[in-house]
Amino acid sequence: MRVAIAEDLFLLRDGLTRLLQAHGIEVTAAVESGEELLQALRADRPDVAVVDVRLPPSFTDEGLRAALTARQELPGLPVLVLSQYVEQLYARELLADGSGGVGYLLKDRVLDGTQFIDAVHRVAAGGTAMDPEVIGRLLTHNAAAGPVATLTPREREVLALMAEGRSNAAIAQQLVITERAVAKHTASIFVRLDLQPSDDDNRRVLAVLAFLNQDA
Amino acid sequence: MNPTPGSERGRAVAVPLVVPADTPGGWLARSLLAPFRLTYLLALTFAGLVALAGGPLLLAHHLMDRTHNSPSDHLHVYFGLLVTMVPCLVWGLSWASGGRGRAAGAVLTLPGLMSLASALLYHGDTPGGNHGLVLFAPFMVVVGVFGARWVASEQRRVVGRWSGTPVRDPYRRLPDSGSQPRWVRSRAAALGWVTDPALWRDVAWALVSGVVMVLGLGLLVLSPWLFDQLGPNGEFAKPAVLYGLALMMSPALVLWGAPVVLDLHARAAHALLGPSRQGELVARVQHLSETRAETIDHNAAELRRIERDLHDGAQARLVALGMALNAAEQLFETDPGAARALVTEAKVTSAKALVELRDLVRGIHPPVLADRGLVDAVQALALDLPLQVQVSGELDARPPQAVESAAYFAVNELLANTVKHAQARRAWIEIGHTDAGPNENVLRIVVADDGRGEADPTRGSGLRGIERRLASFDGVLAVSSPVGGPTIASLEIPCASPSPKTSSSSATA
Repeated sequence: MRVAIAEDLFLLRDGLTRLLQAHGIEVTAAVESGEELLQALRADRPDVAVVDVRLPPSFTDEGLRAALTARQELPGLPVLVLSQYVEQLYARELLADGSGGVGYLLKDRVLDGTQFIDAVHRVAAGGTAMDPEVIGRLLTHNAAAGPVATLTPREREVLALMAEGRSNAAIAQQLVITERAVAKHTASIFVRLDLQPSDDDNRRVLAVLAFLNQDA
Repeated sequence: MNPTPGSERGRAVAVPLVVPADTPGGWLARSLLAPFRLTYLLALTFAGLVALAGGPLLLAHHLMDRTHNSPSDHLHVYFGLLVTMVPCLVWGLSWASGGRGRAAGAVLTLPGLMSLASALLYHGDTPGGNHGLVLFAPFMVVVGVFGARWVASEQRRVVGRWSGTPVRDPYRRLPDSGSQPRWVRSRAAALGWVTDPALWRDVAWALVSGVVMVLGLGLLVLSPWLFDQLGPNGEFAKPAVLYGLALMMSPALVLWGAPVVLDLHARAAHALLGPSRQGELVARVQHLSETRAETIDHNAAELRRIERDLHDGAQARLVALGMALNAAEQLFETDPGAARALVTEAKVTSAKALVELRDLVRGIHPPVLADRGLVDAVQALALDLPLQVQVSGELDARPPQAVESAAYFAVNELLANTVKHAQARRAWIEIGHTDAGPNENVLRIVVADDGRGEADPTRGSGLRGIERRLASFDGVLAVSSPVGGPTIASLEIPCASPSPKTSSSSATA
C-alpha cells in the first residue's frame, strides 16, 4: 500500500513515516503544506492521503480544504484527516459526498500504532474511520429526542462502534461478545432507526452516519 | 421557522397621538395631529411654568394686595377655570401619547396651578391666609422643581417619539456603592440628584420656554390692539377687518403653523434638553473606567483559571508521566512485566494530558473560530448540543478578532443557559450585520428557543456576566423571555472597522 503524508511538524511527520514504514506501507510523499500535497497527489496517486487539518501558510483549516479539493479532483481518493481537535462540522464536510473512503481522527490515536494502521487500511479499502469523540458528540446531539433515544445502552454502544467504521468482527472483539450477538443488535438498530439493512459494511456505516447527521 | 417576528414583541403599541412615519398617508395624519400635539406642548409648558412660578407669583400677588375692583376682575374666573383645566389636559394627553404610568407625574404640577387658580378665583386671598402662604410657598417651590423635571422629561419623551430621534436622558448616573449602609447611599443619591446640572437645566428650560410661550401668546392675542396703536390705522386696513380675516383663516393658519412650531420645538429640545457635551463626556469616561476595570478583572481571573488548570492538569500529568517512565527504566532489567504496566500507565496519562490541554485551548480560543470565523464556529458549537439548533446568516467580512471572540463566548453562554434551564426542544440562531451609519457596522446575533421562558437578566449571574463583557465593546444584550416562552436574546456589538478576512498567526496544528 502507498501513502502520502501532509504534516507541518517535522517530528510528527517523521514519526508517522516510520510508523507506516514499520508496518510495510510505502510512503510516496511526506510534505508540509496543502499546496504541496495537492501537487504530490496529482503527480502520483497514492492509495491513501494522511493529512493534518492545520497546515501552513494560513495555519487554519488548510489541510482539510486541500483534502476536500483532492477528493473533488480525484474522486474516490481515500483521505485520512488528522487533527489536534475534532469537530462535527468538519466531519460532516468530509462525509458530505457520501462515498466513503474517509477518516477523521484525533492525533492522539497515532499513539496506538496498531489501531491507527488498522484505520489506514480501512480507509484505503473505501471504509470509514471516525474518531470516537466525534461519534460520542454526534450521539449526544441525537440522544435527547428521536429514535436514538429509544435504543438500549448496549445497542447504543454497538451503534457508536459501527459509526466509527468498525466491522461486525471488530465490534464483537471490542465488546467481548459473539459476532452473532452483534448482528442481532445491528438488525434491531436498523429497525429502530428505520434504515435499509445492508450486508456491505461500508454502506451500512455510511447509512448510519447519514442518519445521525441529518437535521431533524 | 424564523425567530425575527418574535423580536417585535416589547415594542410599544401605537397610540392615537403617535403615527409611524412610514405609514401610507402618514403625512396627512401627522398634519391633522400637529394641532393636538401643539396643544399638549403648550399645556405642558404652561403647567411647567406655573408649577415653578406658582409660589413666587402667589407671594407677589398677595404683597401687591390688589384692590377687589380692578378692571380685570371678571377675567379671573375664566383664567382660573383655564388653570384648573390644564392639569387634566396634561394628564390626559400624556396618557393618550403613550405616557401610561408616567402620566401620573402631571400631579406634580397641580399645587402650583391649583393655588394660583384659587388665588385668582378668590380675588387674591391665598389658601391658608398669610401664615399658610409663608409655609406653602417654599413647599410649592420644591414640588415645582420636581414638576419642571417631569415636564422636561415628558417633552424629551414626546419629541423623541414624534421626531423619531430619541432625546437621551441627560441625568448623571450615580456610581454604584452597593456595600455602604442604606442611609449613606440615600444621602449620596439625594445629593447627586440635587447637584446634577441637568436638573437645573430642566428648571431653566421650564422657565424660559414658559415665558417665551406666554410672551408669544400674549403678542398674538394683543396684536389687533398693538396694530391699532402702532400701525397705520387707515381706511383700507381697519384692524377689525384684518382681525376678522385672520379669524376666518385661523384653522388654515393652525394647520400650517403647528408643524412649523413643533419642528422648532423639536430642534430646541434636541439642542437643550439632551445631554450636554460635558455631561456626555463625563458619562462616557465613567462607562469606560467601569468597563475597563471589569475587563481587567475578567482577564486576570481568566489567566488565573488557565494557570490553575495547567498546574493541576497537564503539568501534574506530565510530572506523573516522567516519574512512571523513570520507574519503568529502572525496572526493565529486573521486572519487565511491571515495567510494561508502568509504560501502559504512562500512555494513558499522556492521553489524558492531551484531552485536558485540548479542553483548555477550546476555552481560550476555539480552533474553528480561528479557522473559519464566527458563523462556522457557532455552527460547530450548535452541533455539539443535545438539541436541534438551526444556525442561519452570514457575514461579508470578519469582525475584529476580539469582537468575534466576545460574541462567540456570549452565544456559548446563552446556549448553555438554554440547555440547562429552558427545557427547549429547538433553538434558532441568526447572525448578521446591521448598518448603523457610514463607518458604523453592528454585529447582530439573535438566539431564540422554544423553551419555558422566564430568563431574568437581573437574577442569573450568567446573563449579567454576558452583559458586562459586551459592555466593554459598547455592546448590548436584550432578552425577552415571558413566562411560557419563547426566549429571545438579541445581542449587538458595534464593529468600528470590519477587517478583511485575516488569517490567524498561531503557529502549530
